[in-house]
Amino acid sequence: MNLTLLTEKLNLEVRCCKDKLDREVSGGYMGDLLSDVMANSKKDDVWITCQSHQNVVAVSVLKEHAGIILVLGKEPDTDTIERASQEGIPLLVTDLPGFEIAGRLYDLITV
Amino acid sequence: MSREYEVSFPVKGDNFEDAGKVSVEIKRLLKGHGITGDILRRAAIATYESEVNIISYAQQGNINVRVTDDSISINIQDRGPGITDIEQAMKQGYSTANDRIREMGFGAGMGLFNIKNCSDSFEILSEINKGTLLKILINR
Ligand SMILES: Nc1ncnc2c1ncn2[C@@H]1O[C@H](COP(=O)(O)OP(=O)(O)OP(=O)(O)O)[C@@H](O)[C@H]1O
Ligand SMILES: [Mg+2]
Repeated sequence: MNLTLLTEKLNLEVRCCKDKLDREVSGGYMGDLLSDVMANSKKDDVWITCQSHQNVVAVSVLKEHAGIILVLGKEPDTDTIERASQEGIPLLVTDLPGFEIAGRLYDLITV
Repeated sequence: MSREYEVSFPVKGDNFEDAGKVSVEIKRLLKGHGITGDILRRAAIATYESEVNIISYAQQGNINVRVTDDSISINIQDRGPGITDIEQAMKQGYSTANDRIREMGFGAGMGLFNIKNCSDSFEILSEINKGTLLKILINR
């Protein structure tokens, strides 16, 4: 499944890298502790978090995530959008809590 | 083709705006030198956690990466408070990170543990009020 389809199905809004939504997603990881995400997320995961500051971008670049979903209506900081655009990491947002997004994502990807 | 390769980057303490930039650059360079897959993944985690620890706890530091035909050796040296009890610092969950650091999602007490997990050999040398040296070796 790619990010375009995922964005539609989960009703996400795109905050940057609209041109990168053809990226394939193979799984997901949810967490707000950066060293947990560094250790346990995988390449091509979409990362579900409520951390909106710019440090999330380096983590996603290093782990080669497909993109980041900010939950609970969190908006990315201006710096975050800037850095994510430079690095080509799509930032997606939703008002829903992480649990619901993770549940729906799990169904979409594994079924 | 056998070619040795070495780079060094300075890291400034408390500079959270740039956290991870040096590690992203190192990962790019390693990739350019033909390092891929699990080795690249482990090197990226080890440099990132070390970089963030310099920024979180030290005044300044340096990350040196040396690639040879059969290994990647990463040395991280900082000028800072040093680590009093290394065994305790290595434990998952132990952290002295302050609220400001925790708010950004650091301070889970997993960094050094992650580095160890990613290394084939890992050594910490530290002197109180002087600084810390991490010696990480990853076999290719
Ligand atoms: N370079 C350093 N200089 C001084 N103290 C350090 C240094 N690196 C780690 N420490 C000490 O060791 C503790 C554990 O470090 P570790 O990286 O494992 O976890 P953390 O930085 O607290 O949280 P996390 O890495 O999960 O975000 C730190 O809280 C700090 O007290
Ligand atoms: Mg740490």
